[in-house]
Amino acid sequence: MTTVTEQPVKTLERGYVGQSIPRREDKRLVQGLGTFFDDVRRHGMGYVHFVRSPYAHARIVSIDVSKALELEGVYGTITGDEVAIHTDPFFEMSVEPGGNISDYALAVGRVRHMGEPVAAVCAATRELARDAADLIEVEYDALPVLVDAEESLKDEIVLHDDAGSNVVWSGVFDWGDVDGALAEADHVVKIDRLHFHRFSSTPLECAGALVEYDKGTGEWTLHCNHQMPGVGAIWMAPALRTGIDKLRFVTQDIGGGFGNKICLHPQYVVLCLMARKLGRPVQWTEWRTDQHTANAHGNERTFLDVEVAVKADGTMTGFKVKALDDCGAFPRYEPLGCIIWAQVTPGLYGWQNIRVDFTQVCTNKSPVSPNRGYSRMQHLWLTERIIDIVAAELGFDPVEIRKKNYVKANQMPYETPNGCVYDSGDYAAALDIALELIDYGSIEERRKEAASRRKLLGFGIGSTLDSGTNNFGQSTLLNPDLQFSGNNEAASVKLDIFGEVVVTLGTVPQGQGHETTAAQVVADILGCSPEQVNVRRGHDTWFNSHAGFSGTYASQFAFTGLGAVKGAAELVREDMVQLAAAVLQAPVEAIELADGFARIKDGPEEAALPFMALGAIVNANNAFLPPEFNPTLNHRYVCRPYFGMVDKEKKTGQLTLTYATQIHAAVVEIDPETGEVEIVDYAAVDDCGVRINPQIVEGQVHGATAHAIGAALSEEFVYDEDGTLLTANFYDYHVPHAMDMPPLKTGAMESPSPVAPLGAKGMGEGGGGGIHCIGAAIQDALRAAGGAIVYDSCNPPHRVWSMLQDPEATRANVSVVSK
Amino acid sequence: MAAPASSYAITVEINGESVELEVPARRLLVHFIRDDLGLTGTHIGCDTGNCGACTVHLDGEPVKSCMLLAVQADGAKIATVEGLATDGELTSLQQAFNQHHALQCGYCTPGMLMSASALLERNPRPTEDEVRYALQGNICRCTGYVNIVEDVVAAGGGRA
Repeated sequence: MTTVTEQPVKTLERGYVGQSIPRREDKRLVQGLGTFFDDVRRHGMGYVHFVRSPYAHARIVSIDVSKALELEGVYGTITGDEVAIHTDPFFEMSVEPGGNISDYALAVGRVRHMGEPVAAVCAATRELARDAADLIEVEYDALPVLVDAEESLKDEIVLHDDAGSNVVWSGVFDWGDVDGALAEADHVVKIDRLHFHRFSSTPLECAGALVEYDKGTGEWTLHCNHQMPGVGAIWMAPALRTGIDKLRFVTQDIGGGFGNKICLHPQYVVLCLMARKLGRPVQWTEWRTDQHTANAHGNERTFLDVEVAVKADGTMTGFKVKALDDCGAFPRYEPLGCIIWAQVTPGLYGWQNIRVDFTQVCTNKSPVSPNRGYSRMQHLWLTERIIDIVAAELGFDPVEIRKKNYVKANQMPYETPNGCVYDSGDYAAALDIALELIDYGSIEERRKEAASRRKLLGFGIGSTLDSGTNNFGQSTLLNPDLQFSGNNEAASVKLDIFGEVVVTLGTVPQGQGHETTAAQVVADILGCSPEQVNVRRGHDTWFNSHAGFSGTYASQFAFTGLGAVKGAAELVREDMVQLAAAVLQAPVEAIELADGFARIKDGPEEAALPFMALGAIVNANNAFLPPEFNPTLNHRYVCRPYFGMVDKEKKTGQLTLTYATQIHAAVVEIDPETGEVEIVDYAAVDDCGVRINPQIVEGQVHGATAHAIGAALSEEFVYDEDGTLLTANFYDYHVPHAMDMPPLKTGAMESPSPVAPLGAKGMGEGGGGGIHCIGAAIQDALRAAGGAIVYDSCNPPHRVWSMLQDPEATRANVSVVSK
Repeated sequence: MAAPASSYAITVEINGESVELEVPARRLLVHFIRDDLGLTGTHIGCDTGNCGACTVHLDGEPVKSCMLLAVQADGAKIATVEGLATDGELTSLQQAFNQHHALQCGYCTPGMLMSASALLERNPRPTEDEVRYALQGNICRCTGYVNIVEDVVAAGGGRA
């Protein structure tokens, strides 16, 4: 059952924008007629299988591929030694020591996590490739293993000799005067340790590509599901010792990404080498177990020595924390996670004084990558835990303490202590909608009723921000020598010869409905119906409709993706109006585009040109146009938002542009006998400014909530002391099934962004609201059973049961000093 | 003793068409459908039989085609997602999935549709609980199942 509560919306000129029109992608997808990378076939293609390390840490003594090569139907192999000869290590973003790490496409001499690829084999069939992989003999010499970030910090075992330390990056972010705030506080609440666990969104389609090499031009074509090809090419081209123009990325339908398809460059480089070496197309489809074991986990982060300054009335003035981030065996997209969190430094709150001492280390676990809510989710979980622990320890109401400390609607746009600008929002109003949806007034009554059934009922809130449209300049706060800043996305729009409106995106959709929403925007600008607009599927580097940061990530399509579409459509519109004015002999101001025509406003019926006439004139029948008048009806536009430069000394600046709000509320019941948690009521309120297509927005809310519920209650990448992943597939790694999902109530409000081209904010990541509110609800429920403090972001039955058995162990983690 | 045969000729009826092919003995049914027959609407999302993206109908019953060998389907009638619509005319369930946003990336959708249509075949008016039970073998990572469940209930004439 879904309930949508609409808030009064500011009046905006909208046509198709704002409507829940059904998605145009669906017609092919519901018939099984989508084209995913694994559906692409080429004559003579070979299938690639990776040989992977069973050890978390070992020296590679030898690799013998001879038996594999003897097998009929095997086309060839590649080992780490060949990779070291034919490629260069990938570019590292960190300063020393992390910047000195050598990361190749295959393990060279040493493996550093279970599942790390050590060799690749290509054969005529998938089955043969696996057979051949079994015949490749690798001798390992096992080394001691690091699976704990704090152990890693000691550097007793060092994973990367080139770096000389397990630390990738460390730095202190200090804004305001946290020592002063703590000294002036009436209460200082101390939390020794909180742990944000490892999980990932595990898209249903695994990674992969079909790669072709053109020997004549030296160009590779990758039919793939990389969700950020612009940045993928920046990694791959130098490693392959080629130009970025030699890499063509083609995506069509993609079976989910969630950030997990950003770090595919190591495998893709191997495929490029294999295609060149064998002179044939090669195809690789990742196995599910391999995806879980060795592709992309979300960042695990431990928060130590938290101290929070609280005034007697519940006003919080600051906090300090040591954050220890575990990025697994290789940093890759990291250490960006060491700074991305700073987009939401104070969470939704008015804290002015904040110090974060941040360190990222390597361990013998799978490398991490961006994962829905990337890095901000971990930090927002910290801020929400702080709020609920302070409320519990000092006796404040969790609703009232939030409302007291939330940034207020009348403070918008609000500048945070580190120079980010929250563009719009009304957090207290969004919270009120959530409370109404779950009938907050009846909680105590429901608690009693649940107790009569021997169940512990609890209520919790999760307040989050989904910050969108990254400023890549924040990378220079980590490494001042990096030459990245700003952001961009491209699109092109043209009116073709028979009047077809064709839109090409630089973005790389994976289910977000870009074909539909882009058509809605273009239809409004050109005065036609969305059905008349053909938005090409996927991304193709050769369309020339991409830019350096092209991709779909970091909640930015609504800003940069649609901003580019809008810009290109407006340029085409200008051409169409001028052309119609010339043909109809009317002033430009008299021309309107509507109903698929360019016509004279209030003019006679015949004073109208169908799009086909305009397209035909420019493309095929243009001899009469004067030489000084050259409408092309074909425009590319790059949306390049303005950020300004970041201040590398103070570590301040506009790190991102839009802030969508999510307020989630959960009611849970715990069975004290088993520790099992059941969600009995749930509401998610989202404010992402203008909703281009409310149905799609709500779908993103549902999906982000499901991810958060899975993460909060069951999804966890668990390693044993040998570095073996114990949850390596959907058998052991339990994602929510249809029977696990509670009924979701959704609410919406619209606080249009004053900075975004359409007033719309990116919102797909969702900020992990469910992780926060479910943890809070569990803590609330446990008040009646010893008052344990929730200290971990994942609370499966065994952890809840432990908190029920020994609440004091968790309470010892928290102390209060009052004056 | 003679070596076991490494391939077999099998005959299946797929979406109403009869096909006879020689297949390796160890070929999974899902790879036979995708690679040998070119019906790529049936997807693969895991290697443990958990995700249900490969669900097809085998003699009218929903099965995970990654958990069967192609040779086990010899003589059977198979229906895949490509066989649902007739001459491009979507079934009411397919239309409902489109109208009410029951899919995002669309990767799990073929399996969802095959599980749901099998349910509706044997239980034309399922309750929400019955729908959730019938779809518990199909994982979706995009939608939280909200609109999927509503649409299947509605397709049976019930109200979610």
